[in-house]
Amino acid sequence: MDDLLQEFITETRETLEALSGEIVAWESAPEDRARLDAIFRFVHTVKGSCGFLDLPRLARLSHAAEDVLAAVRSGERAPDAPLVTAVLAIVDRIGEIVEAIDAGTGLDDSGEELLIAALDGSAEAAQAPVAQPAPAGQRIANRSVRLSTDLLDRMMSGMSDMVLARNELARQMRDHQGHPGIEAALDRLSLTVAEMRDTVTRTRMQKVDALFSALPRMVRDTAAEVGKSVQLVVEGADVELDREMIEMMRDPLVHIIRNSIDHGIETADERRARGKREIGRLIVSARQSGNQIIIEIADDGRGIDTNRLVQKLTASGQSRGRDLSGLSERAKLDLIFEPGLSTKDEVTAISGRGVGMDVVRANIEQIGGRIELVNALGRGLRILIHVPLTLSIIPAIVIGIAGQRFAVTRQAIEEIVHVGGDAIRIDLLGDTAAATVRNRRMPLVDLGALLGLAPARPAAADMLAIISASGGSFAVAVDSVLDHEELVIKPASPAVMAAGIYAGQTLPDSGSPMLLLDCAGIAAEAGINFTHDTAIEEDEPEEAAAPTVDALLFEDLDGRRRAVPLAIIDRVETVPAETARFSGGRMRLLVDGRIVPLASLGDIAGRSGLAVLRIKDGEAEVAYAIAEPVDIVTVPADIVPSAQAGPILGVVTIGDEQVELIDPQWLLGPDSGDAVRPGAPLCLIDGQGDGWIATFLKPVLEAAGYRVATGAEAGERPAVILTTDNRTRGDDRVVRLSNDRRDIGATDRVYRYDRAGLLAAIARRVEAA
Amino acid sequence: MSEQLFLIAHIAGRGVAIDSAQVESVVDIGHVTPTPRVARHIRGLAALRSRVVTVIDTHAALGLPPIGIAGSRAVITVIDGHHYAVLVDSLEDVAPFEAAPLPSGIALDAAWRRAGCGEIERDGEPILAIDLTALVQGPGEAVTLN
Repeated sequence: MDDLLQEFITETRETLEALSGEIVAWESAPEDRARLDAIFRFVHTVKGSCGFLDLPRLARLSHAAEDVLAAVRSGERAPDAPLVTAVLAIVDRIGEIVEAIDAGTGLDDSGEELLIAALDGSAEAAQAPVAQPAPAGQRIANRSVRLSTDLLDRMMSGMSDMVLARNELARQMRDHQGHPGIEAALDRLSLTVAEMRDTVTRTRMQKVDALFSALPRMVRDTAAEVGKSVQLVVEGADVELDREMIEMMRDPLVHIIRNSIDHGIETADERRARGKREIGRLIVSARQSGNQIIIEIADDGRGIDTNRLVQKLTASGQSRGRDLSGLSERAKLDLIFEPGLSTKDEVTAISGRGVGMDVVRANIEQIGGRIELVNALGRGLRILIHVPLTLSIIPAIVIGIAGQRFAVTRQAIEEIVHVGGDAIRIDLLGDTAAATVRNRRMPLVDLGALLGLAPARPAAADMLAIISASGGSFAVAVDSVLDHEELVIKPASPAVMAAGIYAGQTLPDSGSPMLLLDCAGIAAEAGINFTHDTAIEEDEPEEAAAPTVDALLFEDLDGRRRAVPLAIIDRVETVPAETARFSGGRMRLLVDGRIVPLASLGDIAGRSGLAVLRIKDGEAEVAYAIAEPVDIVTVPADIVPSAQAGPILGVVTIGDEQVELIDPQWLLGPDSGDAVRPGAPLCLIDGQGDGWIATFLKPVLEAAGYRVATGAEAGERPAVILTTDNRTRGDDRVVRLSNDRRDIGATDRVYRYDRAGLLAAIARRVEAA
Repeated sequence: MSEQLFLIAHIAGRGVAIDSAQVESVVDIGHVTPTPRVARHIRGLAALRSRVVTVIDTHAALGLPPIGIAGSRAVITVIDGHHYAVLVDSLEDVAPFEAAPLPSGIALDAAWRRAGCGEIERDGEPILAIDLTALVQGPGEAVTLN
């Protein structure tokens, strides 16, 4: 908010300076329409900004002035001298208030009523206090300047050139064994250049707040237009994003939100009938994840009825002869990106203006982003937009094909696999190559042949990059994966871009120019067309299976095989054994200059190098020592809970083996969850013979800071009672647990694996108690 | 008509004059990174200091057989913000000449028609003035992309 306020002050001050000439000119020629318009725009802008910033005094003043000026513009009033004087007095007062806000001093509001009254042309006009120019000393030095983006762009490209020039110098130095003094100087230069590059990059960054700040008003207005009530929650406004990206995200975001309110969220009556809160909820959040920013728009509306979508497309003849009813749920969902589709039967003023989700997706893909839908029919829709951090420096993987290097954006690559073993195979279907990676069959592109660099021999490929494109994934046969670099990407010349398979060019440290491959273009050139029919085959088996979790299977220090959910692993790395020490009452690991707790289920003594899993979830970070990673596996959701609370969440079958699943809660919880305060709220678990609750939930609840008991002691009143028993009603301390996944998001019961939902429900009860 | 500075070069065995306003610099091109599947007259990309330039094979651009390995002298020109290195056989010098339209009746053959934009006269010898933009655009539809 402070940023916004500062921006408002700067902007107002600048406009006032520019306006001062206009004001004088208007005074001498009140009929001058152009001057009138300029002043009108000023007070209008001030009024608009004041609404956001909660500055009622300024809002009142500017509103009054705007009304009068509007009357003048429409010819209802003549711009006579008293009116001009009154308006100017208000403009002056606005300037004084703005300076006062900036300086943090108060300003007496006496006389403002008079100023406003003077606008009516009443008798007081003559007595309207003449605004005093603000004393010169009051203005505090401004520590921010406004720059044009053009200048920033030039600075940025100059910076990139500097990085490249430094690389060139370093290369020359390597070739001509340099003087040690020169090398030291080069190192210092490198350091400065790197710091400089960070700083310059930051100048391009802006808080997502700039994107989000206009949303409350927009949501309110849109909701009012369609007669719905919507509560907006904005999270992560502090996340920073490239300024240009923010501009390019604006339209898609507005479109998605308007869609959500218009199509997604139901009317109050409908919501009541479905047992939802009357007020719809819209959550817009931003978070950084690695080298990308995820902007999520989640509503709790009706979600997308995919069957209706199919009917609609078929009815309107847009199915183009395809049989859409056989599609998998996911493929059906993707139909909302069909051009010209409106999910609503009638076009409203809000959406259905001819801009569809297809355009939104195209816009997002244009900036190297990707859009993902998570649909829950009847319960809401989540739209996740993944975008790269900046437009010009992107993380890329360098691949080698027939001796030549190419870059591919890391975002496009799902994974890189070696051919061999049972999990990955390549077959020829007719003359067309197909890769099968862990039971997923996908088209295979022989990049060497496609580029004309090598004869076609897809079956001989030994390394595949799995690329995700809109509509599906495909495999690309590459010779080698050489590097992972942050590259400064610039557009290639039109003749090169015309090939349709390049996204830009770059000059890496090697000094040889390199082309960035455009994955969508390659798919198109290779004739890969993800019609919805191919997706049927690909998706259906996943559909039928229970929801699954990816996990890293590893060999633990005690020789057993265990797994840990992939989502919480930040990275796997090998560290020298001496960086792990027993200090301060537990094992700790010194890594990246920080100390993180080190957990293990075995003895680390006697090892020279230690493989550790770096586990991170938000702020919390721990390391877990293992012997060696084995594979990435898919873990079924049926986890046999472990008999006691502790490091092991439960046991799953992987292959024919029993594998223990490490409990993330144990790893990340406050030192294995025994640090519960004595006065903490008591959770009573009314298990009724269901051992699951006691064994599984106890550590979770204790980690969240509750005391847990299976029976209340005399004289103690539990704050919350957890039960699976459906008969317990009427006690508002009760949280009912259900076994039904579909209960996620329900209000009267909680799906027992929905940890967040459960903790939230408990927190509500405790608060109420 | 006033005199302009022209760079005299040789392309495909012929002398040509290039308006110096189109010439940013004259360089020797080192290693060229190929650009597969791009129009035939694009030789590839080369690094010029910290900049990437698109290398134009002038012979191919004129619809002639490509240059082959030799020919590393190039004229750097900037078109729409992109840098191009136009390969030439050799360079002579820069001198002021008076530009004149092609005499009427002279019809250039296909290869040169797009590039030719006038003539200059040096010691009685007429030299074809060419437009680098046309070379960068290449021979157009006449050559199919590989």
